[in-house]
Amino acid sequence: MSHLKAAASRTLQLALVLWAVVTILFLMFRLMPGNPLAAYIDPTFTVEQQEALMAQFGLDRPLWEQYFIYLGNLLQGELGQSFRYREPVAERILALLPNTLVLTFSSLIIAYAFGILAGAYLAWRRGSAVEQAAIPLVLTTRAMPEFWLGMVLLAIFSFWLGWFPAGGTRSAGAEFDSLFALYTSGEFLTYLALPALTLAIYSQGLPLLLMRSNMLDVMKEDFVTMARIKGLSNWTVVVRHAARNALLPVMTSFAIAVGYQLQGNVVVESVFSWPGLGRELVNAVSASDYPLAQGAFLMIALVVILMNLVADMLYTLLDPRVGHA
Amino acid sequence: MRDGAFTTRRPGLVARLFGTLRLPLNDPFAVCGLLIYGIFLVTAVFADQIAPYDPTEILYTPEYDLAADLLPGEEGHLLGTTSLGRDIFSQIVYGTRSALLIGITAAFMVALIGSVVGLVSGYFGGWVDAVLMRLADIAFGIPFLPFVIVLAAFLEPSIWNVVLAMALVLWRDTGRVIRSQVLTLRSRGYVDAARVSGSSDLKIILRHIAPNILPLSFLYGSIAIGWAILTEASISFLGFGDPQSISWGYMLQDAFASQALAKQAYYWFVPPGICIILVVSAGFFITRGYENLLFPKLGK
Repeated sequence: MSHLKAAASRTLQLALVLWAVVTILFLMFRLMPGNPLAAYIDPTFTVEQQEALMAQFGLDRPLWEQYFIYLGNLLQGELGQSFRYREPVAERILALLPNTLVLTFSSLIIAYAFGILAGAYLAWRRGSAVEQAAIPLVLTTRAMPEFWLGMVLLAIFSFWLGWFPAGGTRSAGAEFDSLFALYTSGEFLTYLALPALTLAIYSQGLPLLLMRSNMLDVMKEDFVTMARIKGLSNWTVVVRHAARNALLPVMTSFAIAVGYQLQGNVVVESVFSWPGLGRELVNAVSASDYPLAQGAFLMIALVVILMNLVADMLYTLLDPRVGHA
Repeated sequence: MRDGAFTTRRPGLVARLFGTLRLPLNDPFAVCGLLIYGIFLVTAVFADQIAPYDPTEILYTPEYDLAADLLPGEEGHLLGTTSLGRDIFSQIVYGTRSALLIGITAAFMVALIGSVVGLVSGYFGGWVDAVLMRLADIAFGIPFLPFVIVLAAFLEPSIWNVVLAMALVLWRDTGRVIRSQVLTLRSRGYVDAARVSGSSDLKIILRHIAPNILPLSFLYGSIAIGWAILTEASISFLGFGDPQSISWGYMLQDAFASQALAKQAYYWFVPPGICIILVVSAGFFITRGYENLLFPKLGK
C-alpha cells in the first residue's frame, strides 16, 4: 500500500515538473525577440497553411489563451509543422527517436558491462598499483569532451585506418524494409561502432566508480565477514555475496545515465552525422525551425524526467530499507 | 585556531579566507590540480606576451603565400597553422583566456546561487524550503545542453549565454547538498547559543553557518568550472558560440569543418582537447582532495 502511495506521489511530482518544463519552453519560444508568430509560421507557408496553423494554435488570441491551446495540443501530441520538412513535427521526432535510443542503449550497455566488472576488480585490488593508476585515468575520461573523443576516433579509425565509415547509419542508396531490418544488418554495426564506443568510453566512469565504492562498503558488512568465517573461497565471497549487493545502486544509476546520455548525444550525433534527436535539435535551432526545435527539446526533456522517476522507483523497490519519505 | 586563543593578533583577511577554504594541500593529486590551474591562469593573464601572433590574424609566408596548413615547426609555428593561415599555438594561448573566464564566472554564479538557496532553504525550512526544493526538481528536469542550445538560438551568440544557462540550471546540485549540510548545522549547540543570546537570523547565517559550508561551495564550484568549460566547448563546437572570441571549442569546430580529420592534422585538433582535459581533470583532482578532507570516511 505504501509502495502505491509513494509511487502515486512521485508520479504527481513528475507531472508537476513536466508541466513546469513545458511552460518554460512556451514562454521561451513566445517571448523571443521578433514576431511571436515565428514560433509556428514560416513566411513561405501558403496562405491556407498559415490560416490553418493560426486557428490550430490560436495565434491571433491573447497569450494566456494561446497557452491553454498549446497545452491542449501537447496532450494530443500535436507539436506543429516543421518549417524545413513540411511535415508534422511529431512524426519527424518519432521517426528519429529509435536511432537515438539504439545509440544510447548500446553505448550504455557496453559502458555498464565494462564499468561494473572493472569497478569490482578495482575494489578487489584496492591499494594496488593497478588501482592507483586506474582511478586518475577514469577521472580523465570523465573530463574529456565527448565530441573531441569522437573526432580523435574518427581521425584514427575511419580516415586513417579506414576500418569504419565516417558517419550516418547506412551507405548511400541502401534501402531497408524496416528499422528492424536496418538495425539487424551487419553493415549497421560498422556505422554504430564508433559513436557507441565514444559514448561508452565517456559513460563507463560512472558505473565503474559507483561499483568500486559500493563494493568497498559492502565488503565491510557483517554478512561478508560471516561468509569469510564460513570459509568460503575469495571468489565466492566477492562475486556471490559482495558484488550482487553492490550492484543494486549501480543498476538504478542506469536510468539516470540514460537521461544524461541523451544530452551528450546532442554533440556526438553531430560529429558522426547520426540521424537522431540531438542532431535534429541542433540543425533545427541553426535553421530557425522553431516547431521542430521545440518538439525535439520536449522529447529529450520527457525522457530525462521519466528516467529520473524510474531511478527513484527502482531505488525504493530494490532496497526496502529506503523509506517512503 | 589553537594559536588564536592565545595571541591577540588575528591573521590577515586573505590568510583567514584561505584558512576557511581549507585548500587540500596535503593531497598530491589536489596539489597537482591546483598547479595546473595556476599554469593556465598565468597563461591567460599574460596571453598577450606569450602568444607570438594575433589568434585571428591571417598569416603569410615570406614568399607572400597564405601560410595555410603548415605543419608544426614549419616557418617557426610551434603547432603549425590552420587552413586559414592562423597560428594554432596563439589560438591555444588565447583560448585559455575565454575558457577560464567562462569557467570561473559560471562556477562562481553556480556556487553563489546554490549556496544561497541551500542556506535559505535549510535554515528557514517550511514553505520556503518546499518551494525552493520543488524549483530544484524542475531544474533537474531540464536537459542542460539542449537548454543552452535553445537559449543560444534566441540570444545574441555570446559566451555569457553559457554562464547564464549554467546559473539558471546547475545551482540544483549545489543547492541540495548545501541544504542538507545546513540542516545538520542548524541544530548545533553554538547556533542555539547564538539564537538565545539574541542574534538575528541573518547574523546566525552569515557568522555561524555560512563559514562552515564555504569549503563545500568551493568544492561544487571547482566541479562547475569543468562543466562550464566542457559546455562552452560543446556549444562552440556546434556553432552557437561567440564568433568574436577564440576558444578551444571554436578551434575544434574550425578544425572539424575544415576537414582536419581527413587531412590527419592531429596537431590542430588534439592540443585544444588536451587543454580541456587538463583543466577539467584538475578540477576533479582538487575535488577529490576536498572530499578526503571533508568526508574522511569516504577515502578509507
